[in-house]
Amino acid sequence: MLWGVVQFPGSCDERDALHACELSGEARLIWHEERGLGEVDAVVIPGGFSYGDYLRAGAIARFSPAMEAVAEFAAAGGPVLGICNGFQVLCEAGLLPGALLVNESTRFICRQVDLVVEASGSGKRPKSFNAPSERLSIPAKHGEGRYWAPEEMLEAIEANGQVAYRYAPGQNPNGSARDIAGVRNEAGNVLGLMPHPEHAVDAMTGSTDGLEVFEAVAAAGARA
Amino acid sequence: MAKARVLIRPKEGILDPQGKAVERALPALGFEGVEHVRVGRMVELEAEDPARLPELCEQLLANPLIEDFEIESIDGA
Repeated sequence: MLWGVVQFPGSCDERDALHACELSGEARLIWHEERGLGEVDAVVIPGGFSYGDYLRAGAIARFSPAMEAVAEFAAAGGPVLGICNGFQVLCEAGLLPGALLVNESTRFICRQVDLVVEASGSGKRPKSFNAPSERLSIPAKHGEGRYWAPEEMLEAIEANGQVAYRYAPGQNPNGSARDIAGVRNEAGNVLGLMPHPEHAVDAMTGSTDGLEVFEAVAAAGARA
Repeated sequence: MAKARVLIRPKEGILDPQGKAVERALPALGFEGVEHVRVGRMVELEAEDPARLPELCEQLLANPLIEDFEIESIDGA
């Protein structure tokens, strides 16, 4: 299992992502100017502030050579995990539905949240990315994490089983529509979420629940 | 080069917390009776081919899912 972790100028969580990936295989950094991903089995777009988050979070990163390669990799069925800024990049790139807006409070939030793992419905990979636990305790830290999509798009992603994670009742930290914390694409091989599973892989930091997210993506990579 | 100004604003119906924060701050400064404040973005640019501006706005300057944009020519000033 070889993971690729894409690094943009302004990424800041790529080291933790690398560490988390190395717990279930080998991992290498992919600089944003690289035009190919090499022989990776799965890709992580990590958190941070790619290109300074100028214009909109993730808006400029989507045009990088590495993201073009990621789009091709995703189109061929390769598993892609976007975390926080990575989720924003995937939404801006059109690889995931919806958008991430400024938190309802206008404040940057940083706290441990419980995520409810949604059972996925139909689709090519009905079980894709489902972590075995029903709930995961994972930190969230972001200023622009309010998931939003037009009502008809929300209905469609619910019907397709594309909601992967929701904030547990009463824990929605940012005003996300329908408490959505993470979504998958229709084919089930691209996953994005705002909370940070890569910061929850060692008991020293309070939770190892994030490992389940990486293991689920690794399993998708093994099947691909 | 054609000079243009692009105005980008959150779509109707999308909560704009920045606008709300500004709106809430106004009475404290003595500005009563101001409501429906919306905060957007303005981009000024010079383009060789202004016909391509709508495409450029849809692909980068605005996210058409969440934002509306208007292109205003500021030539001849």
